[in-house]
Amino acid sequence: MKYEEITSQATAEWANMTSGRVPLVRIGTAMCGHAAGAFRVLKALQKYLDSKGLKANIQEVGCLGLCYAEPLLDIKKPGKSRLFFNNVTPEEIEYIVDEYLINEGYPKEKVFGYIGEEGSVNGEDSLESMPGLKLQNRIALRNAGHTSPHDINQYIANGGYAGLYKALTDMSPSEVIDEVKNSGLRGRGGAAFPTGVKWSFLVGSPGPTKYILCNCEEGDPGAYNDKGILESDPHTLLEGLAIAGYATGASNGIVFIRHGHDGPIERTEKAIEQAYDLGLIGNNILGTDFNFDIEVALTGESYVAGEETALMEAVEGKRAMPRFRPPFPAAFGVWGKPSNINNVKSLAYAPEIISKGADWFSSIGVNQSTGTAIVCLSGDVNRPGLYEVPMGLTLGEVVDDLGGGVTGNGQLKLLQTGGPLGGVLGPDSKDIHIDFDEMRSAGAIFGSGGIIVGSDRVCAVDLTRVLVAFCQLESCGKCFPCRLGMEHLLEIVERISNCASKPGDMDLMKSIGGTMEAGSLCGHGQLGFGPIRSAITHFEEDFRLHIEENRCPTGSCDRSKIVPKNTRPYATDHIPGE
Amino acid sequence: MTTDKDNLRTRIQQAIQSQKRPTVTVLSSLLAIQDLVGYIPEEAIEEVAAHSKTSINSVFGVASFYPNFRFTPPGEHSVEVCWGPTCHLKGATEILESVLGKLGLDSEGDTDDGKVSFRFNTCLGACSQAPVISVDHELYGNAKPDIVLNLLNSLYEKETLN
Repeated sequence: MKYEEITSQATAEWANMTSGRVPLVRIGTAMCGHAAGAFRVLKALQKYLDSKGLKANIQEVGCLGLCYAEPLLDIKKPGKSRLFFNNVTPEEIEYIVDEYLINEGYPKEKVFGYIGEEGSVNGEDSLESMPGLKLQNRIALRNAGHTSPHDINQYIANGGYAGLYKALTDMSPSEVIDEVKNSGLRGRGGAAFPTGVKWSFLVGSPGPTKYILCNCEEGDPGAYNDKGILESDPHTLLEGLAIAGYATGASNGIVFIRHGHDGPIERTEKAIEQAYDLGLIGNNILGTDFNFDIEVALTGESYVAGEETALMEAVEGKRAMPRFRPPFPAAFGVWGKPSNINNVKSLAYAPEIISKGADWFSSIGVNQSTGTAIVCLSGDVNRPGLYEVPMGLTLGEVVDDLGGGVTGNGQLKLLQTGGPLGGVLGPDSKDIHIDFDEMRSAGAIFGSGGIIVGSDRVCAVDLTRVLVAFCQLESCGKCFPCRLGMEHLLEIVERISNCASKPGDMDLMKSIGGTMEAGSLCGHGQLGFGPIRSAITHFEEDFRLHIEENRCPTGSCDRSKIVPKNTRPYATDHIPGE
Repeated sequence: MTTDKDNLRTRIQQAIQSQKRPTVTVLSSLLAIQDLVGYIPEEAIEEVAAHSKTSINSVFGVASFYPNFRFTPPGEHSVEVCWGPTCHLKGATEILESVLGKLGLDSEGDTDDGKVSFRFNTCLGACSQAPVISVDHELYGNAKPDIVLNLLNSLYEKETLN
């Protein structure tokens, strides 16, 4: 099919859906909605509408960012704006449907706000005027909460695949790379390496088989933005992947997802199927001579599988253990072929960068951090969510304005950022800007975007213990400084937490940390001491109280300590049954 | 006459053969078997090794690396509790205490009656709803010990109803 035919059909379907005669009901069923009970609400809704013989067009959508309001139900009656209902339970469905769809009344008690050009419904406030949406500038997540991830035409009707079409018809591969370079886009997986430069490494590598790998391992506790994109709008990732393929001359794209995350896996696979059906991936894409295939590869549970060389091992079906570098992936990647590994978020920006231009993208953000930050805000905060905000916001604005402040009248005590290998910041960190370089110099990293808020009821030693326990469990075992170092660090932190530390423990930890940093192949071991280092820098007093006064300032450490303790089996010579 | 062992082998082969993704590896086959059969029996290691033309040792090396693989039949229901940092701050310890207490376990494992398999999860991906648990792959956020106990009770009630 020609691009014009595809878009005109999609646009017609969209117009029919949004201005049709039946109410359009949307419900957020991304992971946050799922955990809040969205599928139980959806079931109750379908059952009740059926029992009343009411017709409605029900669409599952992704996350609008306001996770605290999930399950979020959104009803657009013909000719009216979309009216949102927050924290809906299955029991409340009857009330909402009766009042709003049957009796022409108004379910005042459950209304959250409206979105739409048709104006306010019953004088309600616009959702877009609330800080949770007002402060956002959604690029990668522009469709999340609005279009259904199950339907590629909804994506196309909202400008989807225009970027790929423009790249294929108006631009040479090197112009695409220049555009991405000029946009200032830096990798969103943690290392913040310029994406355009990374792509250019693959250009000169010999073909014909070359891979673009998309990393959605996302094993970091506290981060869910990659999964959020795949569940809310997998099409934008696929389009970005195809653009990267065209720019670098790659032949194949692989989306790497952790087994068990069924929502992201199923939605991505369906999106791939639909894109093949429309000729948006596959052979002779959109009538050009560009061929590009995309498939999903699954990994077992392993945090280290998110490291780029370990990821390639897992794609090949092996243990996810990092490789030596050099050779680098651009020369010798998956199955020995040239490869390039990008995070979901980095690729998800590409369609809009190509459509709207590098200047538009680089005008958002600050300094060397252009574009937006996709923040996963969780912990002791009133409005946890998935917020896409311009780079340059301060951490204080994130916690207070987006997050609505610390829960239960507590005071901000700590911010854990950048995943378990990131760092812990103190209450004086409110003025730090979300800027890759500024956060790094403050001793934390922005990483993949997780920000966990801890109030004054949290003990820094207790939180550090859990972070170290995670890093110990996830060490792949290849390098002994990491494998043994993490175990010893956990032992020592547990001792301190139990108020049973030995003299010299603090120095011993630093010494082990130094060995790990020097003697580990990948970031897991190299950065494994980071959480402890930043915790003892910012929360020296918490550590001192445990060590010198034998007490935990908040009582957190007095609770039972239940953490899994199954170190990965390292030996490969075990024969089952022996 | 076919035995249970033969049936098991047939199902394992089915799982390996019916993979739809273009790229089939040792890991993808093991995941497909775990999804269909529920665990990785010894026969699976042999079948995957034969299918991938590799050794039993290297297949078991892959299977033993990823903690999501299990080597014995699972309980009827799966219960997972997240212990990641956000869930920890929001009360995962209390959830874990009540779940383990109710199931009579002190760590990961199966209940004696084979009813429930319990696992820790490092992140269920819904941190904004912490603490999160998963019962038979359905997520429950903002979990409280009493809600969790009701959920576990309902697993046992379903059987008496039947």
